[in-house]
Amino acid sequence: MANKIPRVPVREQDPKVRAANFEEVCYGYNEEEAVLEASRCLHCKNPRCVSACPVSVKIPEFIAAVAAHDFETAASVIAEDSSLPAVCGRVCPQETQCEGSCILGVKGESVAIGKLERFVADWSREHGAKKVEKAQPNGHKVAVVGSGPAGLACAYDLAKWGYEVTVFEALHKPGGVLEYGIPEFRLPKERVVAAEIADVKAMGVKIETNVVVGRTVTIDSLFDKEGFSAVFIGSGAGLPRFMNIPGENLNGVFSANEFLTRNNLMDAYRDDYLTPVMHAKKVVVVGGGNVAMDAARTALRLGAEVTIVYRRTEVELPARREEVHHAKEEGVEFRMLSNPVEIIGDEKGWVNGIRCIRMELGEPDESGRRSPVPVPGSEFEIEADSVIMALGTSPNPLIARTTSGLETTRRGCLVADEDGVTTRPGVFAGGDAVTGAATVILAMGAGRKAAAAIDRYIKSL
Amino acid sequence: MYKILTKEMLSPAICRMKVLAPRVASSAHPGQFLIVRVNEHGERIPLTISDFDADEGSVTIVTQKIGASTKEICALEAGECFEDVVGPLGLPSDFVEKLDGELAGSRYIFIAGGVGTAPVYPQVKYLKAHGAYVDVIIGAKTAGLLIYKEEMAAVCDHLYVCTDDGSEGFKGMVTGLLEKIVLEDGNRYDQAVAIGPMIMMKFATLTAKKLGLPIIVSLNTLMVDGTGMCGACRVTVAGKTRFACVEGPEFNGYDVDFDEAMRRQGMYRREEIEEDHKCKIR
Repeated sequence: MANKIPRVPVREQDPKVRAANFEEVCYGYNEEEAVLEASRCLHCKNPRCVSACPVSVKIPEFIAAVAAHDFETAASVIAEDSSLPAVCGRVCPQETQCEGSCILGVKGESVAIGKLERFVADWSREHGAKKVEKAQPNGHKVAVVGSGPAGLACAYDLAKWGYEVTVFEALHKPGGVLEYGIPEFRLPKERVVAAEIADVKAMGVKIETNVVVGRTVTIDSLFDKEGFSAVFIGSGAGLPRFMNIPGENLNGVFSANEFLTRNNLMDAYRDDYLTPVMHAKKVVVVGGGNVAMDAARTALRLGAEVTIVYRRTEVELPARREEVHHAKEEGVEFRMLSNPVEIIGDEKGWVNGIRCIRMELGEPDESGRRSPVPVPGSEFEIEADSVIMALGTSPNPLIARTTSGLETTRRGCLVADEDGVTTRPGVFAGGDAVTGAATVILAMGAGRKAAAAIDRYIKSL
Repeated sequence: MYKILTKEMLSPAICRMKVLAPRVASSAHPGQFLIVRVNEHGERIPLTISDFDADEGSVTIVTQKIGASTKEICALEAGECFEDVVGPLGLPSDFVEKLDGELAGSRYIFIAGGVGTAPVYPQVKYLKAHGAYVDVIIGAKTAGLLIYKEEMAAVCDHLYVCTDDGSEGFKGMVTGLLEKIVLEDGNRYDQAVAIGPMIMMKFATLTAKKLGLPIIVSLNTLMVDGTGMCGACRVTVAGKTRFACVEGPEFNGYDVDFDEAMRRQGMYRREEIEEDHKCKIR
């Protein structure tokens, strides 16, 4: 039986070596490994993995093609539902989605769906496999705000159906969080991100960088002056949160967004780029999500000893399991059930430590997770010359404030239904701008649903 | 790519450029800034907008050579291009929101220091066009570093000049000149605006407070994206953390924690000196 084969391990860079470089950690499967792993799939009649995938990739179908050595077919099966497979194969939280629903995982190990997706996407890119056909131009213009996963997915589908799509990006490079947020060692920029964006452009999508919607142009001017029939807002969740504890504005305290943007978008870790980044000796990262792991592992690679401080326990860590595992292997220290109360500075205003309090888990909160409560009198200090706050983000209010008729929630997220329909006709939204900080794949899924809704909307005009 | 239409040196260390950036030019207001990147390897450098012309599609920027990146900017010539220009960023000056009639007759005094003189220019122009009375103080270390004298004299009601060494105009700091204009000469103002080095804005604010004069300052903090994403620009204003890039760059001077702002400005000084040194030996 197929499931007697153990899950094929994936080759990775040695933890000691990779802790000092920015090369990709995971090498991925080769053809032989991929075919063997693909043969483990049971091809369930009612595949739970597909319904657990936010974009419903036909997983058993593409895996069957891999098992049959037909990688080109596998690629085109995936391409029907996903425009960024090389990205998703690398950064999706598979353990809570497709792989988490795999029937093999009940008693043993699930099929390595993410690694197979990555293999197919990489193979297809390296072999220049044939891409999806594009419809005749239909004469309608759609504007997409933001070139992150939501915007790219939306633009790709619309272009495929014949729309003339322009994506407006605020930064100087397209990709959104794929470019500024996720580090090179997890998601190679040139080889993967730039290549996937090139595919979207090859579909006819125009990407205009350096346009801040809400400042450079407005949603109204896109409709009134530039002739767009609909606008999709996928502007992401930009504003970093802080804790509002004393010492947060000391020199050496950064948001994870700043620290990662300097390294990823601005290449500060490279000598031949001018943007500076602090090379700290002891770094404390506050938070337990993927962004916290990314910041910690980046600081480590810049030469620091790194401690992650998180107020709950390891079970509640919201980061992908693989990232936590990799961070530990590389030597990141974890201080669980600890919450910062103050950042301590020296006489010149630079960080020299962080004071935390021990926590214990109390009653479950509205998210169902047991909420941490401080243990009185348990304060302790950790020495540090830099503190990185990775506490999540909230949506950038710029677009909502400059667009009439666009409602937001109390938290500042754009109000939109399942299909991305906002409170203003012709304006659609999806991704973190609607949900608050979430995942690449959820944003992509939202972008695709909105694309379909935009298509229906324009046809109804 | 954003083409440089004209370039001139206003002093040995300060250059003025007119850059083709039609989208920025058609949306810009006084008080806003933009971000440029010289090339693929460059930093994102925030610069205040010194003028804009929607018809021509141009924006004017004034840059002082301070570190490696600003030297790169000043080394560009007319006909060459910036890799990136993005803007306008930040909020327009408060008075842009006011109704036309409201500005007529209000009395403004601008306190401009060094390269900060350039962004004062579009503000003065706007206020004059809307009927306000506007005086301007320009200060510099020495006569050779004074910029925008003729331009400013052409648009404001009264131009005052001071130099630290007395080589031109009033001998002393802008703060001394401000006190003289108000206390000795008996001028009365409704609003002061200071733009210049952080230390100058700090002391201009202290002087304005002493004179009972409301004062707006424009904070040139560190920035990366300039759209609210990174928080490098955070400043404490009235005891609360604010992001200068999206909630500023202009704030009520009385409320700004200048000492913290100055300390934060120096966050990468060590790295910048190294970078600058590397460039010299290259």
